[in-house]
Amino acid sequence: MDYLLTEEQKMIKDLCRQIAEEKIKPVAAEYDEKNEFPWDIVKVMAESDIMGIYIPEEYGGMGGGVMDLAIATEELSWGCGGISLAFAASGLGTFPIILFGNEEQKKKYLPRIASGTIAAFALTEAEAGSDAGGIKTTAVKDGDHYILNGTKQWITNGGEAEVYSVVAMTDRKKGARGASAFIVEKDMPGVSFGKKEDKLGIRGSATREVIFTDCRVPKENLLGREGLGFIVAMKTFDHSRPGVAAQAVGIAQRALDEAVKYAHERRQFGTTISSFQGVQFMLADMAIQTEAARAIVYSAARMIDSGAKDIAKVSAMCKTFASDTAMKVTTDAVQVFGGYGYMKEYPAEKLMRDAKITQIYEGTNQIQRGVIASALIKESLAK
Amino acid sequence: MKIIVLIKQVPDSTDVKIDPVTNTLKREGVASIINPFDMYAIEEAIRIRERFGEGEVVALTMGPPQAEEALREAISMGCDRGILVSDRKFAGSDTWATSYTLSQAIRKIDDFSVVFCGKQASDGDTAQVGPGVSMHLDIPQVTYVKKIDKIDKGSATVERMTEEGFDIIETPLPAVFTVVKEINEPRLPSLKGKMRAKKAEIRKMSADELSCEEDKIGLDGSPTRVSKVFSPPPRGGGRVLEGEPEEVSRELTGLLKDIVIG
Ligand SMILES: Cc1cc2nc3c(=O)[nH]c(=O)nc-3n(C[C@H](O)[C@H](O)[C@H](O)COP(=O)(O)OP(=O)(O)OC[C@H]3O[C@@H](n4cnc5c(N)ncnc54)[C@H](O)[C@@H]3O)c2cc1C
Ligand SMILES: Cc1cc2nc3c(=O)[nH]c(=O)nc-3n(C[C@H](O)[C@H](O)[C@H](O)COP(=O)(O)OP(=O)(O)OC[C@H]3O[C@@H](n4cnc5c(N)ncnc54)[C@H](O)[C@@H]3O)c2cc1C
Repeated sequence: MDYLLTEEQKMIKDLCRQIAEEKIKPVAAEYDEKNEFPWDIVKVMAESDIMGIYIPEEYGGMGGGVMDLAIATEELSWGCGGISLAFAASGLGTFPIILFGNEEQKKKYLPRIASGTIAAFALTEAEAGSDAGGIKTTAVKDGDHYILNGTKQWITNGGEAEVYSVVAMTDRKKGARGASAFIVEKDMPGVSFGKKEDKLGIRGSATREVIFTDCRVPKENLLGREGLGFIVAMKTFDHSRPGVAAQAVGIAQRALDEAVKYAHERRQFGTTISSFQGVQFMLADMAIQTEAARAIVYSAARMIDSGAKDIAKVSAMCKTFASDTAMKVTTDAVQVFGGYGYMKEYPAEKLMRDAKITQIYEGTNQIQRGVIASALIKESLAK
Repeated sequence: MKIIVLIKQVPDSTDVKIDPVTNTLKREGVASIINPFDMYAIEEAIRIRERFGEGEVVALTMGPPQAEEALREAISMGCDRGILVSDRKFAGSDTWATSYTLSQAIRKIDDFSVVFCGKQASDGDTAQVGPGVSMHLDIPQVTYVKKIDKIDKGSATVERMTEEGFDIIETPLPAVFTVVKEINEPRLPSLKGKMRAKKAEIRKMSADELSCEEDKIGLDGSPTRVSKVFSPPPRGGGRVLEGEPEEVSRELTGLLKDIVIG
């Protein structure tokens, strides 16, 4: 389908596909097995100007928006849904600075990230997942610094990233209005890293505990002002969810491509399995769903880039639809591969494992449906 | 330091078919790419410029108008500009005429230090153009370069791959180097490079502009006459020796003796 991409977007798409095809695909299975961080791929992406696609030009980026980020994430995820996270989760960690950073903060951090320094976003804690309001990490003002204490869990790029956008409570009494967001650097005193998770999928990405022990963060690193923490988090997610959705589309597209290829190679009953209508209909449905997912992701991304105000609903819609699609399409791909689909020597099972996370992180699909429903009710009451 | 890279656009296929009637390469329907070895030449040239922190890398190709695409790809990887040598009069050039024409174009670029070429082209496969250019320009050549140990404006020390190992060769510059794939790992294009490439002005040079002597270019300037082009017959199936190891090894030694001693 022709999505009327601009010349620049076509270049992003072609280049990211080339990186996926030539650099990521050949090593994806190895990273999946070893559960290691793909620094060599990060280097390639940085040298190709990919890491700064969504960062404004005046800060050394390519000046693209959510749409450009989505196109890149989709193509990279076609190569590997785990490895692509080095790029996409860096975007998640960077949006707080792009959206809420002041001039000094942007000048200090964005050019570094555009040239290949990795960023991360740290909100979740053991007792605070969907209910982010339950975070216990604190930030107490002490002269020119804030002192952070607490443990963040399951932080993508944790330990590898140099720059962390962290949400912590500055005033517990105020509840949700008592949280604030900070930029924390890896080598600030009091930052350490805990357990590296051993995961079902996206094993080419790092997921790790980030621990703050009397960590002294200069007060210049407060994002926005005190009390904005959850606003920073919510606005960041509104901008980053199309990225998760695009990751899902990339994984689904790869599953479709692999399934089609396999279906006209595999022979049973004296003919290729692609000649059976039962298999054909499965392939057709996979294609329809993947294309529909891509369409909703691109539409949402363009709407966000247009500067539209109420973007929470479309952002949640595209993430939910694309991730549910990826789960379904990858499960069907395993089905098309039959028993071979269940085996690690074939690509299908990894795609299914990688797809699952997109229904969970950056807000589970149940939470997304909640966001969509509240928006519907609000819209209805406003009529 | 100014560096020239000679690149050739070739069909993107490892098994190029030959038209049995005309004895020419069948190019229809095959996408074009930069000759794979030339990617290493481009990479090495860019690395040297990066190391010096100044200078210029000029990509040069002789070919039909669509060879412009190859030059744009070279620019997207980091070459500074591209020159397309193109004229109907060049049609039918063999390696001698190609080298002559390219060297006429190189004469238009003053003050260069190195001309990089690929080891050989994936379609023509002769590995003659690099050495040919060096002869026409009357400058030194080192073929099969696998490493550049030292380079400054006036001289270079390079490693030349041989079957047994490598030679270390010191040469004054300017010189022609043809490179093998051991020399580096070519980079991918960058987004900024792609954008620059799209807008880049490709300089075109014609036979007249290069003041080529008419009898040295194109088909008339080509001493090579192709009498026959054919695909080698497929290799016959081998023989598998079966039986006990002792028996088989005795039989094998006998067969080998027959081959070696005759
Ligand atoms: C691999 C991985 C990477 C991650 N990366 C990051 C990261 O970089 N930064 C970061 O901050 N976090 C990260 N997370 C955390 C992720 O965002 C949370 O896991 C997610 O928000 C869900 O929280 P939870 O796991 O605590 O699930 P829970 O909140 O415990 O949810 C459990 C179940 O209950 C359902 N549920 C909960 N509340 C409701 C409700 N109100 N209505 C209906 N259903 C509900 C959920 O949908 C889910 O099915 C990551 C997680 C993983 C697994
Ligand atoms: C026997 C024979 C007959 C031929 N007859 C014809 C013919 O009738 N009509 C016809 O159109 N072609 C013909 N060709 C093809 C043409 O002459 C060669 O392809 C061309 O001269 C380059 O030689 P090559 O491909 O062997 O390159 P090689 O010598 O193997 O290439 C080595 C390097 O030289 C450089 N180089 C080579 N060609 C170019 C170029 N065009 N521009 C810039 N750099 C270059 C590159 O760096 C390349 O890596 C013939 C070739 C042969 C071998």
